[in-house]
Amino acid sequence: MFSLLRSMWLTFLHAFHKRETILYPEEKPILPTRWRGRIVLTRDPDGGERCVACNLCAAACPVDCIALQPTEDETGRRYPDFFRINFSRCIFCGYCEEACPTYAIQLIPDFEMGEYNRQNLVYEKKDLLINGQGKYHGYNYYKVAGMAIGGKDKGEAENELPPVDIKSLLP
Amino acid sequence: MATIYIDNHPYQVQAGKNLLETCLTLGKDLPYFCWHPAMGSIGACRQCAVKVYKDENDTKGKLFMSCMEQVRDGMRISIADLEAKEFRAHIIGWLMTNHPHDCAVCDEGGACHLQDMTVMTGHNYRAYTFQKRTYRNQYLGPFLNHEMNRCIQCYRCVRYYKDYAGGKDLDVFAAHNHLYFGRAEDGVLESEFSGNLAEVCPTGVFTDKTLKQHYTRKWDLTSAASVCHHCSLGCNTIAGERYGTLRNITNRYNGEVNGYFLCDRGRFGYEFVNSPGRIRKPLVRSRLPEATEKYPALKAATSAIRAGRVIGIGSPRASLESNYVLKKLVGEDNFHHGVSDVDHDLVDLSLSILRNGPARTPSLREVEKADAVFILGEDLTNTAPMLALAVRQSVRQKPILEEVSQAKIPVWQDAAVRELVQSEKGPLFIAHYTHTKLDELATQTFFDSTDTIARLGFAVANIIDPDSPEVRKISEEGQELAQQIADALMAAKNPLIISGTSSGSERVLKAAANIAQALVAREKAAGISLVVPECNSMGLALLGGHKLESAFEAVMNGYADTVIILENDLYRRAGSATIDQFLKNCKQVIALDHLHNATTEKADILLPAAPFSEADGTLVNNEGRAQRFFQVHPVPEEIQESWHWLAEIGTIMAIEEISNWHGYDDIVKAIAKEYPELEGVSKTAPPTDFRIAGQRIPREPHRFSGRTAMLANINVSEPKPAEDPDSPLSYTMEGYRGQPPSSMIPFFWTPGWNSNQQATNKYQEEVGGHLKGGDPGVRLITPSGTASYSTAVPQRFVPLEGHLYMLPLHHTYGSEELSNQSPSIRERIPEPYVAINAADAIRMKVDEGQLLSFSIEGQIYQLPVKLSQTIPSGSAGMPNGLPGVPFAELPAWAILNRDIKWKQQPQTTF
Repeated sequence: MFSLLRSMWLTFLHAFHKRETILYPEEKPILPTRWRGRIVLTRDPDGGERCVACNLCAAACPVDCIALQPTEDETGRRYPDFFRINFSRCIFCGYCEEACPTYAIQLIPDFEMGEYNRQNLVYEKKDLLINGQGKYHGYNYYKVAGMAIGGKDKGEAENELPPVDIKSLLP
Repeated sequence: MATIYIDNHPYQVQAGKNLLETCLTLGKDLPYFCWHPAMGSIGACRQCAVKVYKDENDTKGKLFMSCMEQVRDGMRISIADLEAKEFRAHIIGWLMTNHPHDCAVCDEGGACHLQDMTVMTGHNYRAYTFQKRTYRNQYLGPFLNHEMNRCIQCYRCVRYYKDYAGGKDLDVFAAHNHLYFGRAEDGVLESEFSGNLAEVCPTGVFTDKTLKQHYTRKWDLTSAASVCHHCSLGCNTIAGERYGTLRNITNRYNGEVNGYFLCDRGRFGYEFVNSPGRIRKPLVRSRLPEATEKYPALKAATSAIRAGRVIGIGSPRASLESNYVLKKLVGEDNFHHGVSDVDHDLVDLSLSILRNGPARTPSLREVEKADAVFILGEDLTNTAPMLALAVRQSVRQKPILEEVSQAKIPVWQDAAVRELVQSEKGPLFIAHYTHTKLDELATQTFFDSTDTIARLGFAVANIIDPDSPEVRKISEEGQELAQQIADALMAAKNPLIISGTSSGSERVLKAAANIAQALVAREKAAGISLVVPECNSMGLALLGGHKLESAFEAVMNGYADTVIILENDLYRRAGSATIDQFLKNCKQVIALDHLHNATTEKADILLPAAPFSEADGTLVNNEGRAQRFFQVHPVPEEIQESWHWLAEIGTIMAIEEISNWHGYDDIVKAIAKEYPELEGVSKTAPPTDFRIAGQRIPREPHRFSGRTAMLANINVSEPKPAEDPDSPLSYTMEGYRGQPPSSMIPFFWTPGWNSNQQATNKYQEEVGGHLKGGDPGVRLITPSGTASYSTAVPQRFVPLEGHLYMLPLHHTYGSEELSNQSPSIRERIPEPYVAINAADAIRMKVDEGQLLSFSIEGQIYQLPVKLSQTIPSGSAGMPNGLPGVPFAELPAWAILNRDIKWKQQPQTTF
């Protein structure tokens, strides 16, 4: 009998607590930055596409909802020719972000992806690529990797010696 | 047999091998780099260290490089020993100090031996904090990409390229930590086997440049076992597809055929499949629009065949099944071989030599073991490149058998063996009318016309066995050379005679057959290897059929008015005037092909035939080995195998036998039943209903990505995966995960071993040996030994005034129809030319580069002159099959359009 009354009392008290329910969509929820929501592709500090189309995100994806095709520009810089995420399959696990060696693919705190037509949940590169660095600032993969691309020759990456003179043995 | 103890566990192993090989054969995971089963050990990378103990009481042990240590009975070793493990991890750490941070953009990633070994040893983080060494890359031609930063200095590339494949233009430069592997200067890698560097290199220094154009990771490829269609050797390949286009060709190990390597024509010739010139829709030219769907095209073809008297023209580049179904459809009497009449006769002759002769034809692996070789009238590097590579290995046989075994050095001790052998070579004799790349290895070369080569061959046979016909009026030098060759062949354990159809001479083939027969008569285990023109020439010959000439006659005489042309450009088989006339006289021309060409342009009904990667079928290679190739990926219903098209036409026409077939297996069974000699065809691969644990064999690795997004742009609802009605393979990643039967391995992969060449270890009975369950392919021909000596000893060649005897010259890049359509191969195709004897050129007052005009059978040619020291006087060489050079049935007399006088040649030989 007592516990019954106690429960009623506690429930009654909740009427005076701070409300957890918000009036979405008029009021927007505040989400932590590490919330795993909509996936974006980011750019490096110089404005270049971060994605080098290494296929690791696609390989890590447990539902296989990422498909892309690597290609190269004339200087040897690699980028995705197309990059497609089928969000109707995505489970927002964040494995793609973890697998990404260039911080290109990131999950952002946006979950508002409702669609009446499932086809509209297929995002192409133009829908995914944002004009910014996303959560991770300052990283530029090509500044670290040993490949020569336009504007960065051999030996100009971080922690690199200038190219070897292979004719040093010649008299 | 010996017993060794690995981590205190006894194993029965073969004595004499090295420890690394043995551990890998036992299925142990032991990291290594510089060792390669085809190239032996040099102990350069220090990666494969194990602990070796003196006896069971020894607890301390010593570190040994397992690749340099021979297996001894009672040996005790440890792989798991902590010190050995730590040592191996350190070695990787050091190898990785300068490795660039670029796996994400490296084409090797996902199939990289260095990645695998780094994971295997547990080297996770780079401890070295100093700066990384960098290199500039080189341009190496259309086939390979160079990224020197990734090099770990294992020396595999130069050992393969120089020591194994005989290349001259790749080397190691500079010293200590500046080693550079590349060419002396930028330029195209000259070797015909350069593509193997992409697989031999344990990391991404050399990668496939054609793959780079449409890059796909190994795990994303849908692949299937295939057989190379670009020459008659039938090397085994893996073809990989993604997003509907073919992405690359990699080696598929076959212990009897190609082993670990492929030639560049086979590796890079695949791009014709992606060509914009592909026929992708059926065309019915009598209606508008011409392009149509499958069923209207079938209806049009059927009514054309019903209305007319039909003949069929088969093809040596189409599968056995396609040719067989065509033969069934048109009837035995109306089936013609779509090859020039010279080729038809020569292939028939080759087949009868293999069938009736006493000598066995060796597989490529057996060629490597031959200890004396005589090549007659065949430029192997250009007609059957992998056979040339095998001959390269065979010249090392004699010194290895004699000296190395005497010095008690194991054969796998590569550096020691090479030090001992130096430049010593076993006997190799080459008789041909032009320089070949193998000349540098030859004991003696002999350059003369085909008839004189045949005379030399007959003379050799006569010396070996005096019962064989005698050659009259032979010169003293000729007799001496013949004696030398005969002696060398008689002294060898496994002498081998190589000849073929490429010189267009029956007499040369007959001479080769006589030598082999004479050797067998003297109780030698002689082999005879004959090169035939195309991938299924031998299969076509086994099926039998009439000549192309008789097809022309049938139409000219009104016996037939409708023709079905199977995967064949007739303009490459006979003179263009003849073909024009022939096609004009046909009421209806039905053609099946992959690519648009001169013949398909004139077809009234054109059906898109599936190329090798989109088809199932069987090819018979030059040794009579039937090998199955599998469809790689599903294609729209308008593209299907020629046998499929023809069987459907047959079914609509209600031909009883054909309408009773319900798929690929029934056709193969019908072939096996009708041709007892081809019975083996049904055993090349398991039947369609074969399952392991109720499951199909997946064409895609378990890590295949993008299934639910690849087609989402077309429709977000994924379609049902296509089912394969013709093979036990599935088009998906679902299915049996273990090792499939050897004939249908879609890709080589085992846990921890992602790179193609290294993962192969786990599929072999012993490393570098046969595949588990036997090497794929079924040999169809057993020599009966009923043939008697050929007596067709030719007269020596006599030049004809005002004429040149045109001999065919073949090119690795350019002489084969399909690979010519591959952009990377096209970059390597030489310009058309005519090669004439230097002395003749002076007499004819022409110089290098000047145009020489001549005509062959009414076809006029004007080609720039190339001087040759070897082409016999009075004859000339013309490139065979080069794009832009009209067809001529070679060899043939060319009429010179300028007056020249032949000076009587003093006859020096024969």
